[in-house]
Amino acid sequence: MDSMSAGNSNGAAAARTFDLARTSVRELNQFLHSDLAGSGIGHIDVLHPSGAHSIAVGVNHPVDIDIRGQGGYYVGGMNKFANITVHGNVGWGVAENMMSGSVRVTGFASESAGASGHGGLLVVEGDASLRCGIAMKGIDIVVGGRVGNYSAFMAQAGRLVICGDAGDALGDSLYEAVIYVRGRIHSLGADARQEDMTEADRAGLADLLKRAGFPYDPGEFKRVASARSLYHWNADANQEY
Amino acid sequence: MKQPPNALGSLPSDPSPRRIQREESAGFDRRIIDYIHNAAAHGLYEIRGLGAKRSLPSFDDLVFLAGSVTRYPLEGYREKCHTRTVLGTRFAKKPVELDIPITFAGMSFGSLSARVKEALGRAATELGTSTTTGDGGMTQEERQSSKTLVYQCLPSRYGFNPDDLRRADAIEVVIGQGAKPGGGGMLLGQKVNPRVAKMRTLPEGIDQRSACRHPDWTGPDDLVIKINELREITDWQIPIYVKVGATRTYNDVKLAVHSGADVVVVDGMQGGTAATQTVFIEHVGIPTLAAVRQAVEALEEMDMRGTVQLVVSGGIRTGADVAKALALGADAVSVGQGTLIALGCNHESYFQDGASHGAEDDYAMLGTAPGYCHHCHTGRCPVGITTQDAILEQRLDPMIGAKRLKNYFQTMNMELTTLARACGKSNVHHLEREDLVALTIEAAAMARVPLAGTSWIPGVTGF
Repeated sequence: MDSMSAGNSNGAAAARTFDLARTSVRELNQFLHSDLAGSGIGHIDVLHPSGAHSIAVGVNHPVDIDIRGQGGYYVGGMNKFANITVHGNVGWGVAENMMSGSVRVTGFASESAGASGHGGLLVVEGDASLRCGIAMKGIDIVVGGRVGNYSAFMAQAGRLVICGDAGDALGDSLYEAVIYVRGRIHSLGADARQEDMTEADRAGLADLLKRAGFPYDPGEFKRVASARSLYHWNADANQEY
Repeated sequence: MKQPPNALGSLPSDPSPRRIQREESAGFDRRIIDYIHNAAAHGLYEIRGLGAKRSLPSFDDLVFLAGSVTRYPLEGYREKCHTRTVLGTRFAKKPVELDIPITFAGMSFGSLSARVKEALGRAATELGTSTTTGDGGMTQEERQSSKTLVYQCLPSRYGFNPDDLRRADAIEVVIGQGAKPGGGGMLLGQKVNPRVAKMRTLPEGIDQRSACRHPDWTGPDDLVIKINELREITDWQIPIYVKVGATRTYNDVKLAVHSGADVVVVDGMQGGTAATQTVFIEHVGIPTLAAVRQAVEALEEMDMRGTVQLVVSGGIRTGADVAKALALGADAVSVGQGTLIALGCNHESYFQDGASHGAEDDYAMLGTAPGYCHHCHTGRCPVGITTQDAILEQRLDPMIGAKRLKNYFQTMNMELTTLARACGKSNVHHLEREDLVALTIEAAAMARVPLAGTSWIPGVTGF
């Protein structure tokens, strides 16, 4: 732990800085899990992350966390309540299994961004790699750039918004999650199909884009959802299993 | 008047003049004929529950060399034989401490009713052992009733959340299952009722097929990082198990240890399931007998025996099975199908409202009979165990179920200590490979113990 500043008379919460060049990820996470609650600290700066894994995982408290540099695997994993911003790129599984709160990545995200997330908002301002939104369970994900192959694979609930292009097999084996794509779709996966946008889609997407900070018109997006033809065993869909 | 023989030459007094040939084909026997007929009729592979039905080399093919002149036994009724078992001593601040080395295997709410999960938890708490969740998350019933609960992290991540993670006593990262290594979980629509669907974030009534790979890591080097994340979230308090279905067990165990596991769980091909393709159950994986030896060899070569504990499962049925697994090097075992049978699986009756009721008609409705049923996948369990049906699940009283489970595990534990004492051990964990010999060449080769009456271990020693 490096430094701490008290709150001021304007109501600003106290802040704390962790410099990972001098402090371990373990100490940071232990603080977030144990000492943060009741401390009055509302903002945490993490310096020199240098691609470390598991930064700010399992946070269970409302707090703003700014990670100033590159994160490794699982930044913000299983997050609940916290608003985390990574000022750089991240490795695999950013915000995996997130329950609530938000994670924003100003750069690019590697594979499985937002995997199995239950809630909250994940924003990747750059591109996201393969399997973005895999097995998502209610999370909202907005990607400013492109996503790789097999994104939203077996996605169960929530929304994946892709402002750029999507790779192969988008939405393969989708359940009830919905995908919105502004750019080109290289190919759709098994049981995924393009559908007409409804008014409800446009309204929900406008709100989501606004929260994510992207100026796009919802009318530019295509909707992809499940055809639900694989929900039950079907001998005529032989190779799809 | 005397009649002449007929044209076919049979005697006039023969009541069955035509000979019916019954020479069965070894390759196309009645089982295979039925399989082909069924495949041709439906165009889908068979899905069923429980485990392998084929004959496999097993712990039955080993026997103990008890004390005599060269070794002396302990007094079976007076001298103590300890069974305390500690799992997860490598990194966790709070290892799992059990009174017996026999645990309840991971079985999901969804495959089993909530009442069964409660019965498992109650029995485990009384016995001083653990239960394990399954694909579908942690139920309140199980957490409340089970003092020591292992929380599975599966590829599907159904119901997986940080609150339950922090309430768990250990985490089990499931990579594979003995009944279907390389395959994902399965729960057919009949069992995906509103509560199950909500826990899994799925539409009600769908045929649920889980992923076979984890969504956020691939390979052993990623697994190192994933395990580290789980440790960070839980502040390094609780042990992390890694469970593999038995295939390339020697290498898989080494990689699990490399990945940072506190405990490795090896599930052999006799392990059961709530539902999967029969072709998986019968044709994938290696027998538990072979797997346990490979796992122990891997740990010994890494000098990790005693540091990383080994739990063996897959067809453990009796105290003898437990004793043999421990003698081969396991620290504990897990029992799945045996617990279901103890609860009444495949029994001809069930007990409800103070009386016994016949269930044979319900078995017949499923096209089976007591002793043959493997229809867990249908959700129509005649004795109320593998069901989500509101009426059928009432056939299993959690209190009665817990008592039966306690009796079963207690019996196995008594058998275990009886055998250990006979071998001169005051602690079941002192049973050793040298206490065993094999009855078949196959078992000798797989378990790497001598064929009985010889010093021959195929592949290791000559005659």
